[in-house]
Amino acid sequence: MKTILGQKLGMTQVFDEEARAIPVTVIKAGPCHVVQIKTTKTDGYSAIQIAFGEVKPSSVNKPAAGHYAKAGVAPAKHLIEVRVEDTAEYELGQEINIADVLKKGQKADVSGVSKGKGFAGVMKRHNFAGQNASHGVHKTHRAPGSIGACATPARVFKGMRMAGRMGGERVTTLSLDVVGVDAERNLLLLGGSVPGPKGSIVLVREAVKAGG
Amino acid sequence: MNDLHAVESAHVRDDIPEFRAGDTVKVHVRVVEGGRERIQIFEGVVIARNGTSVRASFTVRKMSFGVGVERVFPVHAPIISKIEVTRRGDVRRSKLYYLRDRVGKSARIKELRD
Repeated sequence: MKTILGQKLGMTQVFDEEARAIPVTVIKAGPCHVVQIKTTKTDGYSAIQIAFGEVKPSSVNKPAAGHYAKAGVAPAKHLIEVRVEDTAEYELGQEINIADVLKKGQKADVSGVSKGKGFAGVMKRHNFAGQNASHGVHKTHRAPGSIGACATPARVFKGMRMAGRMGGERVTTLSLDVVGVDAERNLLLLGGSVPGPKGSIVLVREAVKAGG
Repeated sequence: MNDLHAVESAHVRDDIPEFRAGDTVKVHVRVVEGGRERIQIFEGVVIARNGTSVRASFTVRKMSFGVGVERVFPVHAPIISKIEVTRRGDVRRSKLYYLRDRVGKSARIKELRD
């Protein structure tokens, strides 16, 4: 699985070859470094750990500093583990650049933590239809309506969709077009929007449903 | 210059003349019809400019056979081959939406003289 960590910089638009304006999200992706390689022999499964982002040396504690020193890379701000089929193609300290992961014209999946929406009603949170604006509806225009039957079952079922905290959870957007890759500046341009606020950390990988 | 800015400025055209709301412009638009490309001219009054950098757009209004026609163009769009400023207008606001409610004499714009 080709994966890279990046920082969402924001959205803008670019013009393509057919002169159409395409909305894009710009992501500063990589360079990432391989910090640890986990194999079936040593850990029971195979995965790689990749690190991204600069960090002040003074804010790295000794256990973390040692972990990075083992791989021979500078301490980084973010560390994630990615499951891979075969660890043979990776080596400790290897640099992963955006150009190795994605090319223009491919599709990509992006995961990130979505923007917090606070306490949201059912229309916003679960796409409920709400109720009529008129025809005698009084003060319940955005209310959910019935949440269950009467004496049977005499309770509200677990998992009933109601109002509550929305956002601030991990969201993955599938199959975004790779509009451009700037290997020199480590920039990735993806068509459309990506979860999370500007400056947030996003995980970009090759689309799992690339065939569709 | 930050990275986002760099992505935008790669698409910003520097051959676009300066113009503002109230000016009369001739917009030369590339039109592709059946594989053949030709230039179509849309001439009218700029009634609004919106946005900055590569996302900037402007609205041109003209009267066509007694009917008001408005078109919004992205300033830096490749479909625009040229923008000619034919007349500078003397106006006191940045959005001239009041022109939509006016016809004839009252819809005129004073020419800017320096």
